[in-house]
Amino acid sequence: MTARTLYEKVWDSHVIKNYEDGTSLLYIDRHLVQEVSSPQAFAGLAAEGRKFRRPDAHIAVADHAVPTTDRHLPLPEGLAARQVARLKDNCARFGIGYIGMNDARHGIVHVMGPELGFTLPGATLVCGDSHTSTHGAFGAIAFGIGASECECVFATQSLRQRKQKTMRVNLVGRLGDGVTVKDIILALIARIGTNGGVGYAIEYAGPVIGQLSMEARMTLCNMSIEAGSRVGMVAPDETTIAWVSGRPLAPAGALLDRAITYWKGLPSDTGAVFDREVDLDVSALAPQVSWGTNPGETASVTGLVPDPTVETDPVKRQKMERSLAYMNLKPGTPLEEIAIDRVFIGSCTNGRLEDLRIAASVVSGRKVADNVAAIVVPGSATVRLQAEAEGLDRVFRDAGFEWRDSGCSMCVAMNDDRLKPGERCASTSNRNFEGRQGLGGRTHLMSPAMAAAAAIAGHLIDIRKLETMH
Amino acid sequence: MEKFTRLTSVAAPLAEADVDTDIIFPARFLLLLDKAGLGKHLFHERRHRRDGGMTDFVLNTPPFNEARILVADANFGSGSSREQAVWALADFGIRCVIAPSFGEIFFSNCFKNGVLPIVITGEAHANVMAAARTGQPFTVDLEAQTVLLPNGPALSFDIDPWRKRALLLGLDEIGGILADDAEDISAFEARHRVDNPWLFLDDGRMEQLLSQGDGK
Repeated sequence: MTARTLYEKVWDSHVIKNYEDGTSLLYIDRHLVQEVSSPQAFAGLAAEGRKFRRPDAHIAVADHAVPTTDRHLPLPEGLAARQVARLKDNCARFGIGYIGMNDARHGIVHVMGPELGFTLPGATLVCGDSHTSTHGAFGAIAFGIGASECECVFATQSLRQRKQKTMRVNLVGRLGDGVTVKDIILALIARIGTNGGVGYAIEYAGPVIGQLSMEARMTLCNMSIEAGSRVGMVAPDETTIAWVSGRPLAPAGALLDRAITYWKGLPSDTGAVFDREVDLDVSALAPQVSWGTNPGETASVTGLVPDPTVETDPVKRQKMERSLAYMNLKPGTPLEEIAIDRVFIGSCTNGRLEDLRIAASVVSGRKVADNVAAIVVPGSATVRLQAEAEGLDRVFRDAGFEWRDSGCSMCVAMNDDRLKPGERCASTSNRNFEGRQGLGGRTHLMSPAMAAAAAIAGHLIDIRKLETMH
Repeated sequence: MEKFTRLTSVAAPLAEADVDTDIIFPARFLLLLDKAGLGKHLFHERRHRRDGGMTDFVLNTPPFNEARILVADANFGSGSSREQAVWALADFGIRCVIAPSFGEIFFSNCFKNGVLPIVITGEAHANVMAAARTGQPFTVDLEAQTVLLPNGPALSFDIDPWRKRALLLGLDEIGGILADDAEDISAFEARHRVDNPWLFLDDGRMEQLLSQGDGK
């Protein structure tokens, strides 16, 4: 048999049929449903009088629109309350599982799904949210879809798709002190570009992967979409199996043994051919920060705001000029001199326990700078409760951070957590688009360690210098 | 779905790379529950001044305010999966977007809503952009897979045959799968359940999980 990649193995095992034109009908094992992309999908299904095919394959949670404060109170009347209520009503109507806002398992879909064991290696998983690539960290084919496709999965448990090309990103070397997986993915996007991965399913491989926790692998796969790839994957290994085993929706007993045998056959075969290979040595990597309005506009924190006049491609130059105008930055300014107003630690990219532990270790015994308002939004209630059990909430509060309830919060600014026009934020989220964190807000993407350091310093700073800052 | 066959219209030039779906349809309007009437929020921050007035953004500027074709630049529609970006474009009247590359989810969403995304790259794209700026109408012919520029050559483009057929006939994709493939899905599902039973959750695991929550 020909050597196959991880992606091809999972793909092949889910093909219902191949059409003559080379597309396939792909079976979807799992669907995470949230409040923003589902109302029109449910409405479409109802309008056509279609049957919901397999309710047990879906689970829903409201994460985008929910507040991160005063959750014991009813939601204030308005659009967000209506959207959350609509999701709950639709779940009751169609018989699908719903995790409530005050449930101890509540969380951002991409944090909660893995925690519940809903996300499994070898599965196909979709969600009406582009960061669904996160779940590829388990060796699943997981991708974001639009509302029409959500409706299609409700009705048919399948999607017509064309198989992606494959790209392997080989991560070699050893991460230096203060450098994390967020810096790897930001550096990769800066290198291959925000559309460098369009048309490809990425597999992250190489010796660095074995050193990464599941949390770190999720951060890596999460931002694949920022390089244009809907799918980012890591082959399952012992770390994966240990993490999944014992989760409430994961298989148990003999079923788990059977699954593990299957999962162990998933890694790409020796000799499997990828359409593109990218090598990245992480050893020399410095902490990364974005300076512009897409995640590819990123540089080492040791560097300067770039100068558009040296860019020869006119479209790129124009984009850089626009980005710098929006970000109110002058070419040649050292990135470390950029003062900030806000810090956001959280999101489906970096709102997991490991992220909060790292950030807490940076802020422990220190104070948030006077010019900065900083919040920590755990990615799930599970993360929040575990962090509280470890006393991390106290560390953050003592340093001057606000400690919030779980949700997407200031990553997407659909609730009240948002920047004011002109405010500048050091953020652990995934997108620095214009207005992403609030109308006129300015976002610098970075790792949790770097955001924590920025909160203390009051400006962007190389985490590696913080020890000697006082 | 509304059919797409042939379209003649002025084409609005938007010569800017990386126009993401947050720019096309800002997140705060995602709280709306309907598909209809979203055109007023299209490119909201680009079209509206903070004081409530309108900007000179291309889609506010005659003749491009009537454009049914948008000529965009690289990586158009990157970012979020929000189909609202396409619903808003369609509601505004845009039925065709021409760009060198697209965000994948946006690209896929277009076909579900009778909007034709066309990939044209390099010098040909530069010619299309220049032609759009003249304000002279283009004709996009899906059957022939051509874009006819004013006084210019016919540029051909590629499209997946099934997507072409769906647009030309205005097909309902879900209805098609249910009509043509339902037996295949059931047969696959039965096989999948035998081969990979650990992937199915109707064995009480889900019920148990949900029974432990507060459901609020």
